[in-house]
Amino acid sequence: MSGMLKNALGWIDDRFPLSKVWNEHLAEYYAPKNFNWMYYFGSLAILVLVNQIITGIFLTIHYKPDAKLAFDSVEYIMRDVEWGWLIRYMHSTGASAFFIVVYLHMFRGLIYGSFKKPRELVWTFGMIIYVALMAEAFMGYLLPWGQMSYWGAQVIVSLFGAIPYVGEDLALWLRGDYVISDATLNRFFAFHVIAIPLVLVILVFMHIVALHAVGSNNPEGIEIKKHKDEKGIPLDGIPFHPYYSVKDLVGVGVFLFIFALIIFYMPEMGGYFLEHANFIPADPLKTPEHIAPVWYFTPFYAVLRAVPDKFLGVVAMAGAIIVLFLLPWLDRGKNKSIRYRGPVFKAAIIAFVISFIGLGYFGMQPVTSVGTWFSRFFSLVYFAFFLLMPFYSTIGEDKYVPERVEEDK
Amino acid sequence: MVEQVEDKRRRLFLTAAATTITGVGAAYVAVPFLASMNPSDRAKAAGAPVEADISKLEEGQLIRVEWRGKPVWVLKRTQTVIAQLEGMTDKLRDPDSNESEQPESCKNITRSIKPEIFLAVGICTHLGCSPTFRPDVAPEDLGPDWKGGFFCPCHGSRFDYSGRVYSSVPAPLNLVVPPHQYLTDSRILIGSDGGQA
Amino acid sequence: MRQLLFIIFLLVAPQTYAAGGKIHLESATIDISNEASLQRGAKYFVNYCLGCHSAKQLRYSRMSKDLNISPELTELNLMFTGEKIFDGMNISMTVEDAEKWFGVAPPDLSLIARSRGADWLYTYLKSFYMDDSRPFGVNNLVFPDVGMPHALADLQGLQAPIYKEVEREDGTFKKVIDRLEVVVPGRFTEKGYDSAMNDLVNFLVYMGEPAKLERQRLGWKVLLFLLVMIGIFYLLKKEFWKDIH
Repeated sequence: MSGMLKNALGWIDDRFPLSKVWNEHLAEYYAPKNFNWMYYFGSLAILVLVNQIITGIFLTIHYKPDAKLAFDSVEYIMRDVEWGWLIRYMHSTGASAFFIVVYLHMFRGLIYGSFKKPRELVWTFGMIIYVALMAEAFMGYLLPWGQMSYWGAQVIVSLFGAIPYVGEDLALWLRGDYVISDATLNRFFAFHVIAIPLVLVILVFMHIVALHAVGSNNPEGIEIKKHKDEKGIPLDGIPFHPYYSVKDLVGVGVFLFIFALIIFYMPEMGGYFLEHANFIPADPLKTPEHIAPVWYFTPFYAVLRAVPDKFLGVVAMAGAIIVLFLLPWLDRGKNKSIRYRGPVFKAAIIAFVISFIGLGYFGMQPVTSVGTWFSRFFSLVYFAFFLLMPFYSTIGEDKYVPERVEEDK
Repeated sequence: MVEQVEDKRRRLFLTAAATTITGVGAAYVAVPFLASMNPSDRAKAAGAPVEADISKLEEGQLIRVEWRGKPVWVLKRTQTVIAQLEGMTDKLRDPDSNESEQPESCKNITRSIKPEIFLAVGICTHLGCSPTFRPDVAPEDLGPDWKGGFFCPCHGSRFDYSGRVYSSVPAPLNLVVPPHQYLTDSRILIGSDGGQA
Repeated sequence: MRQLLFIIFLLVAPQTYAAGGKIHLESATIDISNEASLQRGAKYFVNYCLGCHSAKQLRYSRMSKDLNISPELTELNLMFTGEKIFDGMNISMTVEDAEKWFGVAPPDLSLIARSRGADWLYTYLKSFYMDDSRPFGVNNLVFPDVGMPHALADLQGLQAPIYKEVEREDGTFKKVIDRLEVVVPGRFTEKGYDSAMNDLVNFLVYMGEPAKLERQRLGWKVLLFLLVMIGIFYLLKKEFWKDIH
């Protein structure tokens, strides 16, 4: 029996590098043995991506991208299609889960210096994934054609109108109409179900290829490739499969538990995952009292509102995303992991996290003068964190950095 | 040494357990996805029983009623036609409708509840074309033996006046008689037999 | 730790903060597994709401199944518009007519509980009061100048506002409505009306998401399965990681 399998594998290997790929990326991909729980979020992001694609396909079977039919077709899925409610909630909860997982994944990279040399491209590809994900989520949010879908899209597309000279024409071109309309819905549908998912899958592939070329970082920031045994195997590395595949399974289990808990018992998540106003069909003549984007966009929305000028507000919002791309070149610290960074850098990270969450909070709230001042302050902290980094990142770094992973760390 | 063997067995057992529960979980997850492709409540609502009014139906006349998107024929047969059904037996593949689909109340030579009123789904059991009603006797194209019935233009299948298929044509079975019941003498409910069968 | 507390604060801080500061909402007791309550709610809905408001997303047949009312009884007691049991709860009033009579077309109520929330609906249904300045002679505390007449006046009776004086910042006083009092009695006592409205809102919540019944019945089984799965995965991980430590 095993002889037959070996022959079959040999037949395939002569024609397709199956064993080679398996070994390079799983069985003989050596990962540092000291990953902690923060390292679950990469594989979880892939899990959520697969969830979104599969549930998305099955939703597409029943959904109608037509301004007259879209809203009712979502309710049709929720009521008339067998198990449609489950598939829809898996997709809507998955959207929020995607951002939770990705934000934690990025935060992990930030504190352990996973963006630093030689992993700049891993970070860059990851950032492009993040931007593509935002576009994907934004366009997907229009599809239920509720009040929030409609007015959210109206506001975001209008942002492009702030660009000098070409802005208004660009916004018009994006919408394909003078307001958000059936034409817009149809093209967003095309982008949401085909174009961007395709780009996402390719980018994820590149992200992983780049990662496996340079090897994984770890909470100690140790380069395990520096110390290899006589066979060329990193001394502090262990094969990804089976060790990290079984470990990730535990993470997957815990994630699925929380995921299922939300789907079955709080799919609206108190209005954060599914907004209340989105249960009212889109009405181009009536703006809801309070428009807020879904929670994962609110930090950037708060930056936008903090600036009292339309064009500069858009610039600030775009800038808040662009500075993230520059991170590998802004951080001039020698040590990777937060564990061996200076006190100023540690404090800056805390200030950054507070300002990001604070911006997220005020981005959800209606405009108040207190809220605006807080948003301005947090925006300042946000930008200072990045733009001052070249100056403070080297202050007071630890002199001693371990070369090898120590046991019981 | 003993410990190592014990460890290996434990490992194999846990691997098998993890594989099994993952498989079971995957199978459970697959169910809702596959089931979501079944006809939805809307499709079922559109496929609900429909009524046919036969008060104005004349002898020899055939009307079509749409049920679940398919044509259902309602034909009022003459006594002559009913009488000739007996003599068809040797030309037919399934004269007693043993293999074909019809309600229990229609498993007789006329394949109907009332002898003169014949109902059938107007879809050929071969490849799904809709046969044409050919009441003309011995026309040129169907030959001198043709006593009237249904003829499928796609692949030449022939059916008699009670939808029974001729032998030596491609269609394997008699035309399907849908479940139906008489609400009154002149109103038929197609798609429901009132829970009798 | 402080960050964690902040995150928790953000998660629990209700988003209704946005609409806050207007009026205190009374809380309805929602239990969509209470079949008797849903059945009573359905009765009120078809008798008092369905005249003007549709609920087109809910099929009579679905309601009949979920609420355990036989199709025959449903057709007999709950369907008045000559529709088939598989149809949604539609109304014959056209949007044009409705706009002529009420100024705005009465909204479809299929999802009203999901957009407004149960407590808002419950308070709204209890907050009609007499106001001669309005076309139908009534106004509403939670929905000022609403275009809807008090369709349930027959049950509740009519309420009159009781005012109180409130001091403005500049020291002058203004009159605001303190509470409402029934002045023309209806068929129900105050308690009876509250309980009827609770049933009605319960039904509206059910109507907003009929699958909720199924979802809550199924959920704990899925979670139990996942717990067992996590247990096995954890033991497997520990077993393999013996090699490393």
